[in-house]
Amino acid sequence: MFNLLWLQSAGCGGCSMSLLNAESPDLLSTLAAADINLLWHPSLSEETGSEAVAILQSILDGETRLDALCVEGSILRGPMGTGRFHMLGGTGKAMMEWVSELSEKAHYTIAVGSCAAYGGISAAGDNITDATGLQFEGEVSGGLLGETYVSQSGFKTINISGCPVHPNWVTETLMSLALGEHNHDAVDLFGRPRMYADQLVHHGCSRNEYYEYKASAEQPGDRGCMMENMGCLGTQAHADCNTRPWNGDGSCTKGGYACINCTAPEFEEPGHSFTQTPKIAGIPVGLPTDMPKAWFVALASLSKAATPERLRKNATSEKLIYPPTIHKRKN
Amino acid sequence: MSRIVVGPFNRVEGDLEVSLDIENGQVSSAQVNSPMFRGFERIMQGQSPMDALVYTPRICGICSVSQSVACAKALADLMKVDMPPNGELAINLLLANENMADLLTHFYLFFMPDFCRDVYADKPWFNEVNARFKATQGRAAQAMLPARAEFLHLMGIMAGKWPHTLSIQPGGSAKPIEPQERIRLLAIIGSFRRFLEEHLFGANLDEIVQLDSIAALNRWRDQADWRQSDFRTFLHISDDLGLAELGRGTNQFLSFGNYALQGEKLFKAGAYLHGERQALAPEMIREDLAYSWMQGPAEPQHPTEGVTEPSLDNPDAYTWCKAPRLNGHVVEVGAIARQFINGHPLIEALVAQRGANVESRIIARMLELAIVIPQMQEWVKQIDPKGDFCYRGALPKEGSGVGIVEAARGSLGHWLSVSGGKISHYQIIAPTTWNFSPRDQDATPGVLEQALEGAPVIAGEKEPVSVQHIVRSFDPCMVCTVH
Repeated sequence: MFNLLWLQSAGCGGCSMSLLNAESPDLLSTLAAADINLLWHPSLSEETGSEAVAILQSILDGETRLDALCVEGSILRGPMGTGRFHMLGGTGKAMMEWVSELSEKAHYTIAVGSCAAYGGISAAGDNITDATGLQFEGEVSGGLLGETYVSQSGFKTINISGCPVHPNWVTETLMSLALGEHNHDAVDLFGRPRMYADQLVHHGCSRNEYYEYKASAEQPGDRGCMMENMGCLGTQAHADCNTRPWNGDGSCTKGGYACINCTAPEFEEPGHSFTQTPKIAGIPVGLPTDMPKAWFVALASLSKAATPERLRKNATSEKLIYPPTIHKRKN
Repeated sequence: MSRIVVGPFNRVEGDLEVSLDIENGQVSSAQVNSPMFRGFERIMQGQSPMDALVYTPRICGICSVSQSVACAKALADLMKVDMPPNGELAINLLLANENMADLLTHFYLFFMPDFCRDVYADKPWFNEVNARFKATQGRAAQAMLPARAEFLHLMGIMAGKWPHTLSIQPGGSAKPIEPQERIRLLAIIGSFRRFLEEHLFGANLDEIVQLDSIAALNRWRDQADWRQSDFRTFLHISDDLGLAELGRGTNQFLSFGNYALQGEKLFKAGAYLHGERQALAPEMIREDLAYSWMQGPAEPQHPTEGVTEPSLDNPDAYTWCKAPRLNGHVVEVGAIARQFINGHPLIEALVAQRGANVESRIIARMLELAIVIPQMQEWVKQIDPKGDFCYRGALPKEGSGVGIVEAARGSLGHWLSVSGGKISHYQIIAPTTWNFSPRDQDATPGVLEQALEGAPVIAGEKEPVSVQHIVRSFDPCMVCTVH
């Protein structure tokens, strides 16, 4: 039996909603099959009010073992370090304090979603709520728990980032923890499970042929590659969204819009409009990961020159104007 | 008199605390506290207008598409851009997909598990209801979760993912539908309809839509055993426990109307104030800060003028939620308001009999599922894959816009202004802000606060079960409330 406690701090609840989209098998079957016992989840459990507080208290009192503490949502430290922007209902105690105390008891502490991992959308703009992630504040290590924090099993927080998370990122991470297979090499520099973070969103993107020829979309709905004009960061974003699709067969790029790199710290403030690619001298500022700039520029100009008519026409159209040519073996 | 504080109130979206004064075995007065502040209206300040489409869906993980649609409509109003028919169909389908999934999630995961509490252990229906609806263990969720997930495949096709899409644009949808996708959508909705007809209703949806009186509803209910479907089970429990006597609201309603197509809305807009039907007048909305942890002008403001300045200095305050009022009135929003305003005869009859209450709120949700799913099938058929899905428009440097829509939980509005090409003002009123508002400057309690008055409390109850039924009958979304 592997005891899991889930808390919702300052976020939208969308990671829990996404988790309910788990399929083959569904969430409850997955947890049952992995022998994961849900101590309490704010959306799913029967216990409310004092019944829920009793569960939290029994963990703090050492009466209930806490294998995994999942925190969804950023931690609000404001105003002025009091945490009053989020007092856990019925307890008169700031969520910030509940999370700090419970994290001391947890064998693994897991930040679910970019808010809990790094601050995320909740920390955008002037961040008047002083929102932070559990062990990162943006790209900077620290956050609520501090740089030196380790859970009872000796690990830093595991950051299943994403806005929202893919349900399988969560279920598979939890299963690997329950199997006792987690190790220090299982996460990347930002604490993200490498099971999904060693991929790029670009991998398997259905617009790859347009990318190859730099045949670019110009408006929402266009079929072309969205890197040059539409702000797409799929060639830099660490996630497997196009090889492990969402809600059946979906992904952001399939849905007609740019990847905004939502698994990365500080994605919430790109420093320019999300859906416009910043350029210098006509060249996109962000280059594909691991691509030398000179080669990118050279290859891009070559492939642009070589763009087939079919791709050039289709790239700026909602509809397929020009299907691939059929070549008969004999005329 | 004694006071109890209930929290963390779960199986609502987000965090909630309710303070109850108890006298003579019932609630004499209630205060509803939204214990978290989020600050989106401030995050929006100074952002590029189109970036609102990235930020606003992330107000809420359960009403994400509704937030996107309200935002896109506000931007469309600012840009003076229209939508092609395919765009309207796509937006309606996305909105309906989220709303219907939410109605289902509420019924199976948030509301029904309360009937499996120990307090009902001696009820003749308990064992069967417990086996079916027990939180995290009941058989119903094991069938419902895969059906819900498969229904949301519509989002995978039409919006890339759910929650938090960027397909929804001021001029329509950025995701054109291919011919094979259109066929696939019909399969997805058809399969979900089968789930509803087999498990939830035990009847064809057309039969449910045609229930036009309380007598017709009761006749339908009695045509089969109460175990025959989940809706019949609910009606059976409700009858036994007298849920129609619980949680009566203000009987004043608001609906912004929903699912626009070529100038007509499937559910029309309007208000119902002191017993009279009225045309929708969003200019009569004001937000009152008298009992909120907020600073601002003493007089309640229209959202085009309102500010969001959190402050703990107000000694009367007990919540981060503001108190919206329509022409000074406390109004209820949600499926019951929508169906009452739209004039569905069953809902009119239920409201005439005992107002909005725990039972009638649930019936209105179930009815809406039965109305909207067949409509979704029609909308898919009307999509023309050869037509346009999105019109383009230019953003003005200066201007303002309003976007209003019905989320699952009720009326949602976005009011924005742009100055020098950047967002200078953004105000949001979410459905649960209406329903779970605190008192206003006249000390008039909000809808839930009024609905809780008179709720029976059994001696020794720390979380009175009647209060839980009443609170959850609203299907609150607290993360939206305190945006």
